[in-house]
Amino acid sequence: MSDVIYDVKDLRLSFPDMSRKPILGPAPRIEILKGLTFQIPKGEVLGIVGGSGSGKSTLGRALIRLIEPDSGQIDFEGTDITHMGEDDLRPLRRRFQMIFQDPLSSLNPRRRVGGIIAGPLRLQGLEGIDARVNEALDMVGLPRSFASRYPHELSGGQRQRVGIARAIALRPDFILADEIVSGLDVSSQAQVLNLLEELVRELGLTLAFISHDLSVIRRLCSRILVLYQGEIVENAATADLFAAPTAPYTQELLSAIPLPDPDQVWV
Amino acid sequence: MRDTRGHTRKPGLRLWLSGGWITVLVLAALLAPWISPHDPLAQDLFAGRMPPFWQAGADPNYLLGTDSLGRDVLSRILHGARLALTVALIAGVLTCLIGATLGLIAGYYGGWADLVISRLVDIWMAFPPVLFAILLIAVLGTGMTSIIIAIVVIDWTRFARVIRAEAMSQSKMDYVASAQVVGRSRLGTALTEILPNVLPTIVALLTLEMGIAVIVEAILSFVNLSISTDAPTWGGMIAEGRTSVHQAWWVLVFPLVALFLTVLSFSQLGEGLKDHFDPVLR
Repeated sequence: MSDVIYDVKDLRLSFPDMSRKPILGPAPRIEILKGLTFQIPKGEVLGIVGGSGSGKSTLGRALIRLIEPDSGQIDFEGTDITHMGEDDLRPLRRRFQMIFQDPLSSLNPRRRVGGIIAGPLRLQGLEGIDARVNEALDMVGLPRSFASRYPHELSGGQRQRVGIARAIALRPDFILADEIVSGLDVSSQAQVLNLLEELVRELGLTLAFISHDLSVIRRLCSRILVLYQGEIVENAATADLFAAPTAPYTQELLSAIPLPDPDQVWV
Repeated sequence: MRDTRGHTRKPGLRLWLSGGWITVLVLAALLAPWISPHDPLAQDLFAGRMPPFWQAGADPNYLLGTDSLGRDVLSRILHGARLALTVALIAGVLTCLIGATLGLIAGYYGGWADLVISRLVDIWMAFPPVLFAILLIAVLGTGMTSIIIAIVVIDWTRFARVIRAEAMSQSKMDYVASAQVVGRSRLGTALTEILPNVLPTIVALLTLEMGIAVIVEAILSFVNLSISTDAPTWGGMIAEGRTSVHQAWWVLVFPLVALFLTVLSFSQLGEGLKDHFDPVLR
């Protein structure tokens, strides 16, 4: 039990479909997640991959309880958080954090970088905030002087580092990274991925990395969860999945990766 | 309204001119009893309809001339500024507080709160505003408090609508979700994350509202529903000046110019401040 950080059983989630809502009565619901069951062991870097509309972001947001599932169960380190209220969740929130896709949207434009990183620390009542902010900036490789800058004054890669700094400053056990490099150019992508890899190793983090890009996932993750239309079609170790994909959808995904050398053996 | 990126970023002229005129006006209003050359109520029937100083037959004692009862136009404008600014300040701030609070609640919390507030705004806006104001004053009786109440009661919808829309679009931003991720309460998020981002809009609206309050006060004075008729108000002066515009245009024109400049300055001050305080634009 202790080496599993997330234990998810038969997770189901649906949204009301307002475009087909009748004038009277409730809107019909669209099932986004159709009964997912999986575990995330401690220290693992799990890749969650799938096309758009496959429910991967919804799954991520359910894991850190930004949205409440309809049914099923999510256990975080043995605690059932499936339907927990916001007040009960608050002390737990320090332990699972999230890095968002678009840092320009996820960093409040009216706060300086220092304030953005310090906000969560203050909220969770931690001591020595200035030192922790500086430490977080050091860890993501940003100069300490950046604390007094506004997000719009930074480059895309630097902004995403601020997003990472905010998440790790709380020293969480688990981090959800939702498409965090898809808005960056290739060299910034590589830098951010290297940084993330390093942090996972240094801090002993468990990471769930959501992406639609299998080549990014391959480089970072030890295990891969393939979602297709709200269902898990494959859950395998990275090497196995690339060597012998079982699900037809996975095979399709793999063949869609642009290759520098088309004669790679694992195709 | 939000995207002003294309604007030239001179914090200069607009802010200086509008701020300058408002400052002059505030000083005039504060110091009116000491700097007015005459008692604004003192009549001198022998000195009626004196033209302003540069025209033939002017009396240098009456810089901007006198009205048909021989009252000094300059002194009346200075004293009129007191009422105009008091109403602008109090009515503007109250309208802003009520409207912006309701707009923020509707935009951020959504659901039932939004439904109730939005319907209320819709119903409210179906009343013709000037008629509504006149009706209110008729019920409440004339006086400065009534004017302020009338403005607040009518105009809170302006804030509620704009701030609701703004808060709504801000609520969709990921920084709101990220506040939830670290466990910030709903109220805390509304006050510390969303409010600072709608503040520039609130400031711009507030100054605009102050300008509108000055106009509404003038309109009510014009139809004699402001404070007592012989008290110096800009609207009252315009109403009097209108009747004798062919004999003494200055009685009409000078308060009109003061009114025009004031309303213009308020709206320009708002836009200027908004640009100035936006870190993204600065």
